Amino acid sequence: MTSTTHRGLLREMVRIRCVEEMLADLYRDEREIRTPTHFSIGQEATAVGVCSATRKDDLVYTGHRCHAPYLAKGGDLKRMVSELYGKQDGCAGGRGGSMHLVDLAAGFGGATAILAEGISVAVGAAWALAMRSTSRVALTFFGDGAAEEGTFHESLNLAAVRKIPVVFVCENNNYSIHSPLAARQPAGTTIWQRAQGYGMPAEYVDGNDVLAVHRAAAAAVEWCRAGNGPYLLELRTYRWREHVGPNWDRGIGYRTEAEVDSWIDRCPIRRATAALRAEEPAVDELVDTWRAEFDAEIGAAVAHAKASPFPPVEDLLDGAYEDALSSQPGRR
Amino acid sequence: MRELRYCEAISEAIVQCMAEDPSIFVAGEGVDDPVGTHGTTKEATRLFGRSRVLDLPNSENACAGVAVGAAAQGMRPLVVYTRQDFMFLAMDAVVNLAAKWRYMYGNKGGVPVVTRAVVGRGWGQGATHSQSLHSVFGHFPGLYVATPASPADAKGLLVQALRLDTPTVLVENRGLYQLTGPVPEEAVPIPFGRGRIARHGSDVTVVAASLMVHEAERAADLLAGQGIGVEVIDIRSIRPLDETIVCESVARTGRLVVADTSWARYGFSAEVAAVVAENLPGALRKPVRRLTLPDCPAPVSMPLEQAFHPNAGRIVEACLDLLDGGEVELSAFDDVASGVVGPY
Repeated sequence: MTSTTHRGLLREMVRIRCVEEMLADLYRDEREIRTPTHFSIGQEATAVGVCSATRKDDLVYTGHRCHAPYLAKGGDLKRMVSELYGKQDGCAGGRGGSMHLVDLAAGFGGATAILAEGISVAVGAAWALAMRSTSRVALTFFGDGAAEEGTFHESLNLAAVRKIPVVFVCENNNYSIHSPLAARQPAGTTIWQRAQGYGMPAEYVDGNDVLAVHRAAAAAVEWCRAGNGPYLLELRTYRWREHVGPNWDRGIGYRTEAEVDSWIDRCPIRRATAALRAEEPAVDELVDTWRAEFDAEIGAAVAHAKASPFPPVEDLLDGAYEDALSSQPGRR
Repeated sequence: MRELRYCEAISEAIVQCMAEDPSIFVAGEGVDDPVGTHGTTKEATRLFGRSRVLDLPNSENACAGVAVGAAAQGMRPLVVYTRQDFMFLAMDAVVNLAAKWRYMYGNKGGVPVVTRAVVGRGWGQGATHSQSLHSVFGHFPGLYVATPASPADAKGLLVQALRLDTPTVLVENRGLYQLTGPVPEEAVPIPFGRGRIARHGSDVTVVAASLMVHEAERAADLLAGQGIGVEVIDIRSIRPLDETIVCESVARTGRLVVADTSWARYGFSAEVAAVVAENLPGALRKPVRRLTLPDCPAPVSMPLEQAFHPNAGRIVEACLDLLDGGEVELSAFDDVASGVVGPY
C-alpha cells in the first residue's frame, strides 16, 4: 500500500498520472490498445487518498473508471498494461479489458462496467467477510451517475439494515458522459445526504485534497472495521479528459473552457506539491525524479505487454465454464 | 426407497448441504417466515437459524449483486425467488456478472450463486406471476439452468448445484411441490446435462421440461392403451442440454414432439428442434411439433387460463397427428398443476 505520509500520497498520485498520460498517448497514437478506456487524469486524489487508508487484505470494487483505484490499491502494473493490450498475461487473460481489471492478491476484487453494479458486489463481498468474522472491509468506487441507479439505493439500504462493513466511495466528477449533475439530480440535494437518509454516516470531502480524502477514508474504514456498519464518502473531483478515450474534449460544448481550466488549476498533484513545499523545498525536483523513474517503469511494462503473446484462439472458450464439457459441442 | 414430496426433497437437499458446507447460506424475501417458501426453507431456518437463512429487503437488483459479491469471496449463496418473474429485476447481476464472472476475469474462479426460482402458474396468477424463464436464462453461456420434474431430481440437481462453482438457475414449478416420488436419503448429486428417459417407446419421442414431463407421461399412458409407444424424455437441464439423449431417441422413432412451459419463439422447444435439424437432417418422418404457450401473456380468467397451458390432451393429439393415428377418446384431463389453489 501507499506510504501514508503526504509525500507518499503525492508520489502515488504522480505514478498514476504518469501511467495514464503515457497510456493515453499510446492509445491515441498506436491504436493497439483496443478496449474502451476511461482515464482518471485529474482525479487521482480520490483513489490514492482512499486506498492508502486500507489494508492490503481489504477489498476494493469499482466501476468502469478503474485504473487509478487499481493502481492505488497495489494492482500489478505490468498485468494491467498487458490486459489493455489484450495479451495472455493480462490480469484478466485478455478477456476483460480496461473495464474488468482484477488483482485479488492486491485486494482489488474487480472493476465492473455496468453502472453501479459494482456497488452491490462490494456489499456482498463485505457481507461475506463479516459472516466469516474477519476484520476486513470492502470499499466500492462509483461515480455521481451511478448514484441514480436503483441498485445504489438498494445497496445502501441493505448495507445499513444488516450493518455490513462497506465504504461507499462516490467520486463525484459532475458529469455522466456529457450530462451535468444538475440535469440528473434535483437541485438542493446531495449524494452524501441520501446516505444519511438510510441511517449511515456520510461525509462530503474535497476530492482533490489527497490528505483530506485520506483522513476521511481512514475514519470511514475504521468505523466499518469496528463493526458499526457502512459509511459513505462523497468526493468532489473533476475529470479532465473525455468520458472514454485518450483525448481532451475542450470545445465540444458540454462544459466551458473556463470550467476545465479552473479545475486544472485545482490539480490534486499540483496542490499536494505546493502543500509540501514548506517542509520539502526541493519537492519539484523530487517530483521530476519520480516522473523519470515511473516513465522507465511504465515503458518497461508497455514493452513487456507488446512482447507478450495474445491468448491462443484455441482457448477462446476457456473460462466460460468450470469444465470444458459444459460448453456445448458445435456451439462455438 | 422411501418417498418424499417434491418440496420435502428440496428442503432435505438444503439441510444436508448446509450441514456439510458452512459457506452455504439461504437468502431471499421471506425465506425465514412461517411459510418458508412452500415449506422448503423452514427446516433450514429451524436448524441453522437466521444467521444462515437471511430475509432480504425487496431489492432484487442489489441482492442478486450481493450474492455475486459473497460468492466471489468464498460463500455459496442459495437465493430464492418466490416468483421467478421478479428475476427480471435481477437480470443484470445474473447475466452480466454471475454468468460472465469466471470468463471476463480471466478464469480464476467462478461465482457459485445458486438460484431457486418458483413458477407461480395456476389460480389466475396471470401475466406477471406465471412465467417460466428457463429459455431466457438458457441463452447465456456461463449459467447452468435446470428444470427438475421429479422429487429425486429436485434434490439431486440442487445438491449438484451447491457443489459446483458455476452459477445455476433451478426452475421450480409450484404445481410440482406436492408430488411424491422416491428420493435417496443421502445427498447424491445428479449431473447437469444428462436427460432421463421417463418412458420408453418406439413410435414417437416427446421431449419435455419440468411440469410437461408429467403431462407427457400421462399422454404416454393413454396412448399405450392404443398400442402406441411414446418415449418421454425428461430433459432435466436446459443448459447444458443433453443433445445425445434427444438425438438417439429421435433416430429410433423418427417423430418429435417438444412440450414446454414457455413460448415457442427462440425458446427451449426451438433449441431442441434445431439440435435435431442440425444432427439428424434426414431422421424425421414428419415435421416437428411444438406444444408451447400461445403467443400472448398468461391470462387470469379460468377458461382462458386452462386453454393457455398445453397439457396431456394436446400432447396426445400431437402424437396421434404425427402417427396418422386417428382419434382417441380424451377423458377430461385435469392439468397436473390444477391442484394449486389460492389465495396465493
